[in-house]
Amino acid sequence: MTEMVYGSIPQRGGDPVLPRWWRTIDKWTMSCILMLFGIGLLLGLAASPPLAAKNGFEPFHYVSRQAFFGGVALFVMLVTSMMSPTLVRRLGVLGFLAAFVALALLPVLGTDFGKGAVRWYSLGFASVQPSEFLKPGFVVLAAWLMAASQEINGPPGKAMSFGVAIAIVAMLALQPDFGQAALVLFAWGVMYFVAGAPMVLLVMIAGAVVLVGMFAYDNSEHFARRIDGFLSPELDPRTQLGYAQNAISEGGFFGVGVGEGQVKWSLPDAHTDFIIAVAAEEYGLMLVLLIILLYMTIVMRSLYRLMRERDPFIRLAGTGLACMFGVQAMINMGVAVRLLPAKGMTLPFVSYGGSSLIAGGIAVGMLLAFTRRRPQGEIADILRRR
Amino acid sequence: MIRTPLRPLARVLEAREKGENPDKIERENLRERHEQMRDKSRIRAEGRLLVLGLIFLAGFGAIGGRMATISSAEPQEPVASASQAAIIAQRADITDRNGNVLATNLATHALYAQPHHMIDKARVARELVQIFPDLEEEALTRRFSDGRKFLWIKKKISPEQQQMVHDIGDPGLQFGPREMRLYPNGALAAHILGGASFGREGVQSAEVIGTAGVEKAFDDYLRDAANGGQPLRLSIDLTIQAALERVLHGGMVMMNAKGATAVMMEAKTGKIVAMASLPDFDPNERPTPLTEGDASDSPLFNRAVQGVYELGSTFKIFTAAQAMELGLVNANSLVDADAPMKWGKHKIKEFKNKNYGPYLSVTDVMVKSSNVGTANLALQIGKERQRAFLKELGFMSPTSVELVEAPGAKPLTPKHWGDIHTITVSYGHGLSASPLHLASAYATIANGGILVKPTLLADAQPTQAKRVLSQESAADARSMLRQVVTRGTASFGDVEGYAVGGKTGTADKPKERGGGYYDDKVIATFASMFPAHSPEYVLIVTLDEPEDRTGSEPRRTAGWTAVPVAAEIIRRTAPLMGLRPDFETDTPVALIRTSN
Repeated sequence: MTEMVYGSIPQRGGDPVLPRWWRTIDKWTMSCILMLFGIGLLLGLAASPPLAAKNGFEPFHYVSRQAFFGGVALFVMLVTSMMSPTLVRRLGVLGFLAAFVALALLPVLGTDFGKGAVRWYSLGFASVQPSEFLKPGFVVLAAWLMAASQEINGPPGKAMSFGVAIAIVAMLALQPDFGQAALVLFAWGVMYFVAGAPMVLLVMIAGAVVLVGMFAYDNSEHFARRIDGFLSPELDPRTQLGYAQNAISEGGFFGVGVGEGQVKWSLPDAHTDFIIAVAAEEYGLMLVLLIILLYMTIVMRSLYRLMRERDPFIRLAGTGLACMFGVQAMINMGVAVRLLPAKGMTLPFVSYGGSSLIAGGIAVGMLLAFTRRRPQGEIADILRRR
Repeated sequence: MIRTPLRPLARVLEAREKGENPDKIERENLRERHEQMRDKSRIRAEGRLLVLGLIFLAGFGAIGGRMATISSAEPQEPVASASQAAIIAQRADITDRNGNVLATNLATHALYAQPHHMIDKARVARELVQIFPDLEEEALTRRFSDGRKFLWIKKKISPEQQQMVHDIGDPGLQFGPREMRLYPNGALAAHILGGASFGREGVQSAEVIGTAGVEKAFDDYLRDAANGGQPLRLSIDLTIQAALERVLHGGMVMMNAKGATAVMMEAKTGKIVAMASLPDFDPNERPTPLTEGDASDSPLFNRAVQGVYELGSTFKIFTAAQAMELGLVNANSLVDADAPMKWGKHKIKEFKNKNYGPYLSVTDVMVKSSNVGTANLALQIGKERQRAFLKELGFMSPTSVELVEAPGAKPLTPKHWGDIHTITVSYGHGLSASPLHLASAYATIANGGILVKPTLLADAQPTQAKRVLSQESAADARSMLRQVVTRGTASFGDVEGYAVGGKTGTADKPKERGGGYYDDKVIATFASMFPAHSPEYVLIVTLDEPEDRTGSEPRRTAGWTAVPVAAEIIRRTAPLMGLRPDFETDTPVALIRTSN
């Protein structure tokens, strides 16, 4: 009736944004991420009071900060995941350029916070680590270049993206931040692998990585000390690794109890690099296995969805983001159990850190945007009887 | 594979006929080919993504498995609190030849403060001063409040002091575990041991480094973990050292000397059994070195090793021994001893201007300690041979004993060795050497002519034995030394049963600022060996500025001062070293046959 009187309401074409987002988003991955964030807050309650006490704040200062940054990160993640892949690509490349400039200016304007490596910009209330923001931007850029190179008469995207990767690695190695450099190189390698790298080249790259590692070992004391610590068979119980390992043993299967852990008082990085040790000590193997399972689910789900993806750019970018996310978690936990040499790397979404959280939110938001279900031309396949 | 051409001629011609744009055909074919390529790459990517997924599965699985392994393992000894971390005994002990401990380590604590944790700084300062009277309350309060976050208060504290500090109950006072060097025998063998102090210091431990003596000379060995805490065994015998120091101290007081030193050495090996220098110090509380004045006045000064003195007539036996060795004389040859003897503008006189001449046998030159007789012997030997012989005995270079002070004690020798120096050096003037030099040289005479190197190590291996005197010359020299004691200047040295042989030496002390000698200050030395017929030990006793005031006029010669002290040392220590007294029986023991 109303329609007949007033004429039809002008209707926009297509679905409304939110319902379509909810229908197509990978809900498994998203819930895993929310759970990880929750666990991060829970562990922050346990791990950060010693640091707060040391710096003269009230006990849960860092937890409230983490909650604030986490809220921002989740918001950023949601917004990003609602974007179309094309918009993600555009913003990603722009973000990459900004972060690249910021990284290049670090030696001039950055601070080292007395930690021996210039990685941060100090903003007063918080610090920003440009390399965290560079990583998702780089993945998008590299995926774009590689996808373009698969077009007939396309640009030489693989070589160009490799050049960019090397430039970033060089800058990161100068800081020095070999962990992030390795991550960037790894992400590029994975994308190149999925984009169809020749097997011979893969072997050669593996060899080159070994050579660079040896060079770094010989020429950087910072790097050599950590490798030596890893290779020495016996573990000094008074090192960070010793404390971490002891904490995991103390925790056993069900942990020593909430707030009862001791390792957080001994480890300066208990709230960041060694948060898994705090988790293992207070909540036991159960929580650790749950955390591992969550990361695994995120990576496997994303890779599974990307397998069906037909758009090369989306496939490559998604692969790069998912693998980087998974590998960062793997390295962090691998260090704590001494499967890998000591390397400062945060546990994504669980460790404390504003930059790392928000950058992680962006990266995961991109990943969610890429893994949304979209028509993949299956009907066309059927029609063409292929 | 058959590639479809992008512009198939048949279709292009057909299209042209129909008036269509042939580029459309090309574009369509291009799209088709592109799609084929994409399909191919998608299939390949699917496979590779699967590989990636498997790698991640394996990686996460490995981490999970490893976590489970560690979780199920027994936790190691809890080391949560760093202050409980054990400090291992790092520095090796030092023992004497029988294994008695001379230096060891003691776990103790250092006291430090973290003022920003302090509750009541004024009260802490006040109560600390009550525990440690050497601290100053004002200085402490000032240092607590000048903004620093860490300061050392005491480097070593006793358990009682620690408890008292603990009872202050302030969280800003902290203890760091320390290992301190302890010398349980106090001042005994102080100069040999030297001392130790802290090197680099951390909160949880500090390095202990040697500062003098064997502690410094063997610093690397003592700190070397590769030795497995094996103690350093010295040739010192703690019992002998204690007895020697005791008697020497008594002698020094009785003879009103300002310093004294004694060296007891094994004649055959050069191992030092006891070595003392008085005044001494407690290495547990090593005094600070003198910053002004003469370093030799400090109790830290080791007279036996660092002190170089003109040792006087004790040198005469070297002249006699060399003259006999060269075949110039024998023990009974007569030499010109007519005093005073004129040499150029110099006049060589005897003690108290006596004249023992005109002729004396070589033995009597020693027994009466005739300067002129010795001078004439030396002139027969000649300056080159005399110098070479003294060099062989070690008088031209520092001793090689294992003390960090030894290399600095270089003997003082005449710059241009003229005939007049040959004469004065022959009776021990114009050449200054340490008592330890003299001990090694006398050991050579005592053991039958073999050079020895003085050493402090119990396990020292003798180096290639070098003979500088024949058995006969050495035996003749020993016989002379014995007669010096039985009928000469050292008659107070005749310890019954131990057949002491030796030579006295009394040298006027040179004035510090040059320009001649004091006439009332002497260095009195007695160089001895026992038992003289087959000596086991050499003993050197040197007194600095002794004066025996028991008589009508002060007596300073060695025979009155150093000799009685040495005799008492021998009397006390010889039985301890396992030497049996050898009583000469005047009447032969006869068996009296009894029968009834």
